Amino acid sequence: MPLKFKKPDSLTDIAMHYCPGCTHGIIHRLVANAIDTLGIEGKTVGIASVGCSVFAYNYFTCDMQQASHGRAPAVATGVKRSLPDRIVFTYQGDGDLAAIGTAEIVHAAARGENITVIFVNNAIYGMTGGQMAPTTLNGQVTLTSPYGRRQQEGHPVRMSEMLSTLDGARYIERVSVHNPAHIIKAGKSIIKAFEMQLRGEGFSMIEVLSTCPTNLKMSPVKALKWVENNMIPFYPLGIIKDGSVKV
Amino acid sequence: MITINEEMCQGCGLCVEICPRKILALDESKINDRGHTPIVMTDENACTGCSLCAVMCPDCVIEIE
Repeated sequence: MPLKFKKPDSLTDIAMHYCPGCTHGIIHRLVANAIDTLGIEGKTVGIASVGCSVFAYNYFTCDMQQASHGRAPAVATGVKRSLPDRIVFTYQGDGDLAAIGTAEIVHAAARGENITVIFVNNAIYGMTGGQMAPTTLNGQVTLTSPYGRRQQEGHPVRMSEMLSTLDGARYIERVSVHNPAHIIKAGKSIIKAFEMQLRGEGFSMIEVLSTCPTNLKMSPVKALKWVENNMIPFYPLGIIKDGSVKV
Repeated sequence: MITINEEMCQGCGLCVEICPRKILALDESKINDRGHTPIVMTDENACTGCSLCAVMCPDCVIEIE
């Protein structure tokens, strides 16, 4: 009997180093599933970032490259321009994409590079121990904002809305993985972004609202509830910009 | 019919929470090689194969046929 649900072939059998309940595992599976679905494993190049997802190259069976902090879109640009027949995606967290790598992502989007960006937003710095990130919510307590994020620390950055103002960005959507329905929807959005790249339509980014149970100091179940109750009101889900050619 | 790869399980409990039949539980009598408490199926006959647990699992522990 064929398996109704199995691990995607594009994921290796190595046990992931992520903490229990970390949604990185779910998002890795969705990306691997998109690669399997489109049959592009042999010609995909992934660019891993710095952060917890730094070891992503261990988990995908496709070619992977690890970029220095925040520079994944720049490395992806180089790979895509030198090997235009390859499918290139970057996998970045919010500390990487929205903090140190802001310049790279903004200009990659402005140039309309034909790459796909998977942006994992969990509103905190995970790998370094739970410091305040640019995406940390107002009032949220972190290691470096013990009284909650106040005005003097600035307001959270909505990267998807910001990048959607650029003419070069073709497809930007924000999805979440806090329940099975949204996970399935997120998977479809990631497939759509890869399909757009296959058709050469330009820059696409999928922002995935994620959790960090360890640094949010919550159980994995509570952390997902926290995303639903606190993050989604500030980071509304849905398609923010759709310039894809209707097929 | 679900297959649980106990060694990959990190005992996060997301599947336990999402299962509509409430037939998954953490097996407190076991510790796997990664040092976690793996999940266990408490009533195989009650499983409808809806695969919500597998969709929710971050570690691809569950396979469904």
